[in-house]
Amino acid sequence: MAPYEPEQDTNEADELSAGRRKAARYVVPLAVAGVAAATIGLVPALATSGDPDLKDITAQELIEKIAASDTEQLSGTVKISTDLGLPSFGGSGLAGGFGPGAGGGGGEGGKGSAADPSAKLMELASGTHTLRVAADGPDKQKLSVLDDAAEYSLIHNGDDVWAYDSASNEAYHSKEAGKQEGRKGEKELGKELPATPKEFAEQALKAADKSRTSVKVDGSAQVAGRDAYRLVLKPKESGSTVGQITIAVDAKTGTPLKFTLSPAGGGSAVVDAGFTKVDFGKPSASTFDFKPPKGTKVTEESDAAKGKGGEHGEGFSGVEGGGLNVIGDGWTSIAELKTPGGQGLPTSGSGADSGDVPPEAEKFLNSLGDQVKGDFGSGTVFKTRLINALITDDGKVYVGAVTKDALVKAANAAH
Amino acid sequence: MSRAEADAVAGTGTPVPGKSAPAAPETGAPEAPGPAAGPASASDSGPRPVRLAWTLGLFRSELSITFRRWRTLALLAVLAAVPVLVGIAVKIETSDGGSIGGGGPDGGGGPAFIAQVTNNGLFLVFTALAATLPFFLPMAIGVVAGDAIAGEASAGTLRYLLVAPAGRTRLLLAKYATTLTFCLVATLVVAVSALAVGALLFPLGEVTTISGTRIGFGDGLLRALLIALVVAASLIGVAALGLFVSTLTSSGIAAMATTVGLLITVQIIDQIPQLHAVHPYLFSHYWLSFADLMRDPIYWDDLVKNLGLQALYAGVFGSAAWARFGAKDIAT
Repeated sequence: MAPYEPEQDTNEADELSAGRRKAARYVVPLAVAGVAAATIGLVPALATSGDPDLKDITAQELIEKIAASDTEQLSGTVKISTDLGLPSFGGSGLAGGFGPGAGGGGGEGGKGSAADPSAKLMELASGTHTLRVAADGPDKQKLSVLDDAAEYSLIHNGDDVWAYDSASNEAYHSKEAGKQEGRKGEKELGKELPATPKEFAEQALKAADKSRTSVKVDGSAQVAGRDAYRLVLKPKESGSTVGQITIAVDAKTGTPLKFTLSPAGGGSAVVDAGFTKVDFGKPSASTFDFKPPKGTKVTEESDAAKGKGGEHGEGFSGVEGGGLNVIGDGWTSIAELKTPGGQGLPTSGSGADSGDVPPEAEKFLNSLGDQVKGDFGSGTVFKTRLINALITDDGKVYVGAVTKDALVKAANAAH
Repeated sequence: MSRAEADAVAGTGTPVPGKSAPAAPETGAPEAPGPAAGPASASDSGPRPVRLAWTLGLFRSELSITFRRWRTLALLAVLAAVPVLVGIAVKIETSDGGSIGGGGPDGGGGPAFIAQVTNNGLFLVFTALAATLPFFLPMAIGVVAGDAIAGEASAGTLRYLLVAPAGRTRLLLAKYATTLTFCLVATLVVAVSALAVGALLFPLGEVTTISGTRIGFGDGLLRALLIALVVAASLIGVAALGLFVSTLTSSGIAAMATTVGLLITVQIIDQIPQLHAVHPYLFSHYWLSFADLMRDPIYWDDLVKNLGLQALYAGVFGSAAWARFGAKDIAT
């Protein structure tokens, strides 16, 4: 055809045909879009299909495998999403469900350094986060929370525990130095909130009492490109809000790769934490090597302790000094707390009492919960998708991963 | 300057060795593409090297026209001024020894990486790119891309271009290549200006990645270059969209306004949480993923998604532009 004419055969007298040719051109962009949509839709479906063939294993063997797993070197990416229904409540709720350090959530106020670990890790308790973990033996660990264009890293290397927040360019440093308090500090940093599937799995298995839990191996799955067994834990007794817990365990190393907690009420998982990438090789040594860059504001633990010591002390003395009383055990255990100032706000352990709360705010708070009455008097039940809490009018708090009725029953029994 | 003038300048300004091919078509002699083209060149199935030279010639002339426009130079000047402003603002705010953003639990406000600028001038490159990527850069691309076809049409020069035996597809490709070159140049202008200002106002040296590990300055520079390339690549989608819009209308202003309007709309939609289902398909959604290059090790997931999405936009809107432009009746 002649180059100065439109790229269609205009010699053809048939106008209709020309129109059809015009229309036919638009098939190309549509086809490109269609192929792309099909690829986006099909590739993940194809990738996840085909569960690996693994030899059968009993639940007991699998649990022993987890216990015997001595994975000390690993690096990977973890995606964790938490959906408790009530984000602000969720922070202390999750910890309350899993760890005795629930009262330690006092850091949520965020006073002091932006790099303060306890405040930062609380953010993990709601929403979806991408984490990077790396570990090389018991002395070197790193946990990074990937934010938009920023990262929060928690680095444990020998005697030093560093926290670095790149968004505010602040660092937090604590020396372990083998002291008892140091150990506690480290434990607090790493273990107060479970973040990796392994920690979740350990907590869940600890909580799972054999006589009250049905444990079985439910087929296999592929997690982060590795073959894994699926271990399913289900509470036997009623009254728990936990529907089932699924743990994907790496078939070779016995390392938990994915942890999913589904609520009894159905719907999406409350906690879903799993590796999207995992590598059992030794991470490079520079990963754990942190020196605060010039101009970074460094908060030493001793400085911070002055500001936060009160709160933390309160939290811990609460736990150790008998202020916290656990009713029942296993899945339906309920924690009973006494709030310091009579009627308490739902942020357990924050020490903020509602004595000074204006009536409007109190009304609002009450509207969030359900009013209940019983032998214990009256109170308010605050609900999330997993954790429920009953705050009685005389200032007692009952918290647990149990239904509202179970909370009222516990309060009645304790009365 | 007018199209005819520009082409004349381009023809003499960038001579193709051994050929006067790019200038020849403007003489209105389509069957005589120059002496060097050989005997077979009169037909459409001329030898490949000649065609390549033609396409390159067209591209070169487009390029020189684009970069000689006052409009383009003004856009680049505005882009170069952004890092200067950011750098001076950070310098003034921190001159009393304080830190930017004032710390606090929310971290520093403002664009990404701004807290690190005072430690290392190299971070001004990242801050400047993070500050210009959401609006300034794509707006400049929108202006250039929107003008590509519609500007010619409204100036009445499009039909003269089509008289050349280059074909519409190749004209479109040359226009798109020019727009992409502008993406790269615009990004590099921001990066180089930021590096210069950063080096003048702040110390340089070892770079602390946002993961807390340290890399040497050379490695940091390399990452800065990589980031600039990724940022330039992030604009591929807008460029294709702008080119498509440009083929829809014969008014250059309308095409530019539509492209920039689409850009703003997409950015707003990306901010509305209720519409999260469509967010992964918006061309701007993964733009800030370039910051993942500053993690150690680099986190590739979002970067790959971003580049894939840009390629998808380029494919869909590029072929849509081809479909529209190839079948369009050129009246002006």
